[in-house]
Amino acid sequence: MDDVERAFREAHGQAVATLTRLFGDLTLAEDAVQDAFVIAMDRWPRDGLPDNPAGWIVTTARNRATDVVRRERRGRRLAEQVAGDHLRAGPAAGPEIPAPLPDDQLRLIFTCCRPALRVEHQVALTLRLVAGLSLVEVAAAFLIGEETMAKRLVRAKYKIKAASIPYRVPDGADLPRRLQAVLTVLYLIYNAGADDVARRDLRAEAIRLARVLVRLMPEEPEAAGLLALVLLSDARMPARRDAARVVLLTDQDRSLWDRSLIAEGQELVLACLRRRRLGPFQLQAAIQALHCAAPSYEQTDWAAIVRFYDRLHTVMPTPVVALNRAIAVAETDGPEAGLQLLDDLAQDLAGYHLLHASRGSMLERLGRRDEAAAAYGRAAALARTDADTAFLARRQTELTTDQPL
Amino acid sequence: MNQYLLSVYEVEGQVNGAPATAEEMQAFMGRVIALEEEMDRAGAFAFGGALHGPDAATVVRGGTGRGTVTTDGPFVEAKEHIAGFYIVNAEDLDEALRWAEKVVEATDHDIEVRPFRATGRVQAGGGH
Repeated sequence: MDDVERAFREAHGQAVATLTRLFGDLTLAEDAVQDAFVIAMDRWPRDGLPDNPAGWIVTTARNRATDVVRRERRGRRLAEQVAGDHLRAGPAAGPEIPAPLPDDQLRLIFTCCRPALRVEHQVALTLRLVAGLSLVEVAAAFLIGEETMAKRLVRAKYKIKAASIPYRVPDGADLPRRLQAVLTVLYLIYNAGADDVARRDLRAEAIRLARVLVRLMPEEPEAAGLLALVLLSDARMPARRDAARVVLLTDQDRSLWDRSLIAEGQELVLACLRRRRLGPFQLQAAIQALHCAAPSYEQTDWAAIVRFYDRLHTVMPTPVVALNRAIAVAETDGPEAGLQLLDDLAQDLAGYHLLHASRGSMLERLGRRDEAAAAYGRAAALARTDADTAFLARRQTELTTDQPL
Repeated sequence: MNQYLLSVYEVEGQVNGAPATAEEMQAFMGRVIALEEEMDRAGAFAFGGALHGPDAATVVRGGTGRGTVTTDGPFVEAKEHIAGFYIVNAEDLDEALRWAEKVVEATDHDIEVRPFRATGRVQAGGGH
């Protein structure tokens, strides 16, 4: 990504957000910002970056949108709407930069991440409008064709307009669950990048968006929790794969972990603990912080990790949380205890490769090699990435041959 | 101001929302009456009604200049059907969803919310 592209992506969410407030039309805003980008691509490399790239984009896009509103046949109707009450004021005609309001970007984020839109549409809108990825990049992030993605975005924007989805930050009783939806979208984006090396840019985008959210909502502990969680996960990423091979936490070279990301994440976790309003993202971040603080696998504070999983399970009683808790219990109380907990989850997580991989590991530690090999085989068959499949199949082979490799 | 159709969906064979006893019926009616009064006070109630079941439905098929055929039954054979509906006036989807949540609570049924594209009589020239 070159300077022009990076500056543009940084400015994108803000510009679309401000234009949407001024014109009350998401598609018009997006198109105008896109036009501004095309102009920037032509001018910036020649004249150099402007002092205030974001302001330049907003002004240029505002002028484009004003032209469009004036020129288009449906311009009259739109112009009437622009003057309408819920859109506040129409665009000023002067040359000054329209001042972005602090809430502009939040409004855009909450509009994109609405539960009334299906989740994949929420993710697509967020990447396109807030993060400023191009259509091609968003399509690649979803591993689908450009045309399919274009249709998906059009459908999502159509619904926003047709159903009169309001452009505002929810308040009061609605805020917690709506914020939860926003955080879930950002975490989905992060995980899409974590599961697949080819899409690792998504991790950086998710972290960038989480930072924006924390800056915009400094009083929301779960937003800080999400940022801490993705920072601490990302810190360990360099050690997780070795030439596209999975490296387990037990075997990771901890010197490869990114210390500055860990420090930043741990700082956030400590602030969350002091605030005492712990939600699911903060608790997950606290668990990651404990892993990151351990000098080795053996010296990990597993008892504290189990305690955090207990609390996490009370606010988020999902089978996957129970599985992770069982893995921690296997460290404090032994593999037999962990295995018993896994048996309770066998039905709920029958199709989840990590249940079988964890069973395999616990059985192996108990010396039940044949059963362990079968569990790894099952896990390999269910794994979702090639790297995971290869890793788990190798474990199976190691256990079925007489001499460990 | 926009208008939204709140369809109250019923699933065949499911008994929720169907009050079994006189007391339940009374409680159900009490909840619905209170909700409709609330809608009325807020200026949100445009229209509403409960429908007879799909067994009472008749379908008329055909087309412009092609004549018609009348048959018994609902248009779509499905386990789910619309048991009733409200048309509410609401500023935006948030407001419509708040009414929908209240209808779910009062009727014990799932609701589909759809925005009207246009309402009232079609005017010459395409406006509404």
